[in-house]
Amino acid sequence: MISHDNHGLRLAVRYAVLVLVAIIFVFPLLFMVMSSLKPDHQLLVDTGSLRAFLPVGDISFDNYAAAFQRAPISTFVINSVIVTGVTVMLSLAICSLSAFSFVFLRWSGRNLLLSILLATLIVPFETIAIPLLLLVSKLPWLGLDGLEQGWLNSYHVQILPFAADALTIFLFVQYFKDLPSELVEAARVEGASWFQIYLKIIMPLAGPVVATAAILRFLFMYNQYLWPLMVVQSDEYRPVMVGLQYFFQLDTPWGEVMAYLSLITIPVLGFYLMLQRAFIASIASTGVKG
Amino acid sequence: MATLSMSGLTKRFGDIEVIRGVDIDIADGEFVVFVGPSGCGKSTLLRMIAGLEDISGGELRIDDHLVNDMQPRDRGIAMVFQTYAIFPHMSVRENLGFGLTIAKVPKAEKEQRVMQAARILQMEHLLDRRPSQLSGGQRQRVAIGRAIVREPSVFLFDEPLSNLDAALRMDMRMEIGKLHEQLGATMIYVTHDQVEAMTLADRIVVIKDGIVQQVGAPMELYHQPANRFVAGFIGSPSMNFLPVEVQSVDHDSALVASTSLDAVRVPMRVEPLKSGDQALLGLRPQYLVPTNEQDAGQLHGTLSLVERLGSETVVDVNTRENTRLVAAIADDRTFETGTEIAFTFDPNRAHLFSAAGDGALNK
Ligand SMILES: Nc1ncnc2c1ncn2[C@@H]1O[C@H](COP(=O)(O)OP(=O)(O)OP(=O)(O)O)[C@@H](O)[C@H]1O
Ligand SMILES: [Mg+2]
Repeated sequence: MISHDNHGLRLAVRYAVLVLVAIIFVFPLLFMVMSSLKPDHQLLVDTGSLRAFLPVGDISFDNYAAAFQRAPISTFVINSVIVTGVTVMLSLAICSLSAFSFVFLRWSGRNLLLSILLATLIVPFETIAIPLLLLVSKLPWLGLDGLEQGWLNSYHVQILPFAADALTIFLFVQYFKDLPSELVEAARVEGASWFQIYLKIIMPLAGPVVATAAILRFLFMYNQYLWPLMVVQSDEYRPVMVGLQYFFQLDTPWGEVMAYLSLITIPVLGFYLMLQRAFIASIASTGVKG
Repeated sequence: MATLSMSGLTKRFGDIEVIRGVDIDIADGEFVVFVGPSGCGKSTLLRMIAGLEDISGGELRIDDHLVNDMQPRDRGIAMVFQTYAIFPHMSVRENLGFGLTIAKVPKAEKEQRVMQAARILQMEHLLDRRPSQLSGGQRQRVAIGRAIVREPSVFLFDEPLSNLDAALRMDMRMEIGKLHEQLGATMIYVTHDQVEAMTLADRIVVIKDGIVQQVGAPMELYHQPANRFVAGFIGSPSMNFLPVEVQSVDHDSALVASTSLDAVRVPMRVEPLKSGDQALLGLRPQYLVPTNEQDAGQLHGTLSLVERLGSETVVDVNTRENTRLVAAIADDRTFETGTEIAFTFDPNRAHLFSAAGDGALNK
């Protein structure tokens, strides 16, 4: 009986902690969504009390309508979807292929190169932002209208510098190393080429790491701010985060800011929860063992 | 079908030479077993044949073609791994047909060959299952089936049964034997289970530290071991080695004796010895016959342990110089630990080895 009570108590404590953590994470979101529904004067007054988290007072979607008036939001969203989607795809393909070569192919210098690659993890992006900007502003690009000089104001300037990265390669390398090497050897003996082994043996077993890498890459790209701010000057290619600038003027319309933020975060959150479920399912079903 | 020939094969990992000059010729359709202690290089040698490990030196020929630098898939081999290595994301059918899918064999033919392999291994009912829904023995069947389907000329097995329990291992051992008869293909089989080696092999290759110690038919290794290592490695329980002193020699035999052994003349087959040498007398446990009268025996000691196994009784004996001997006695006589015992043996079944060195062939 005593142990039973103990168990109940422990469960209660555990739930209390979880609820507390959940509240800490949920409240800012709640604040954002609720504020987006209130006119500015009420929003600022409510901030001082718990009312900030409740849908009370003068509730309407006016802020959303105004936000759409102020900025070409749909263009920003489309831009973000294109840039983020293409980068995630490219990054998954390139990083998994290079990790495959690091782990399974025998070429001299691969360990050294991997170490150098991993060493770049400690270099913050801010350090290379300026040199990178100078570089991309001069690089030629063969587009639909022929050869152009400089990559500024385009999708590819936002995509290509992030199409491969050390962290994602590292994730794939770690995962591939843990796969039984006999699977690759068996496939080789059975006659598969390296690319067939990659495509038919390794990638089908890489579900969990693909999901993880996709989530991390997606969040990183979707939240990009500094780089697009530096390389994109026209609305035509601007992503959502940079679009936030439209709302920071002399007299900041906080309700509209909250409406805009709700618009660009809530779908992502939903998407993330969906992926997370698939992610857990993929781990459970792969069951790689001897 | 194929012949296989290795000459002067070596393999180095960095500075360490793990295969040190292997010469073996394998005939078409032969079943050859590599045995040796853990780490002796059996798997490495097999993997070199498969093409999974580069060859550092020497020549490997399959059907008289030099294949040193050939990709595994071009060698006409199939391999069965210790860990099965069946693809977890494919059904049994897809696993069996994988090689044929890769080779773009027409669908009808692929289906027919997969069915045939499944029939041979009696696993038609498992074809649509996933590997995770199979038992260890069934997974092993899939791995073997995948090898059969491609109709290779050489089968390579790396300890295929070591993850199975004893009963299943015996079944599968017999099945592999049957398979060899049925297919008539050349097979190379790595194990450190000597029952597998003795029962399956046409010829056994005993390896130690990357060096071939002896190649021969199972009974040849059993009766005429080329050195003390092979003598001790082949046979179960292992051969006893009794320290003795050489009293005199003539051209092919020596008179040896020790505190517990009355002087006996035994053939000198392996190494030449001279009078006064320290030597080891190799006596198989099965060939030690206990005598009833104390004085009649040649070899004397005290019983220290008796194990009745039913078919035979295995006894441990402490000799007078305190060497441990094992005797396997076929009859049902009862023995008391602590009592004196004496054995006779046929000197022609004894082996005499020099006591120097570790008893193995070294380079
Ligand atoms: N990739 C490698 N790099 C360095 N040394 C290796 C490598 N593979 C094997 N070895 C070494 O080569 C020797 C032979 O290994 P191998 O796997 O062939 O032994 P084995 O006879 O199959 O042993 P077991 O019965 O335990 O399977 C061992 O000493 C091992 O440590
Ligand atoms: Mg091995």
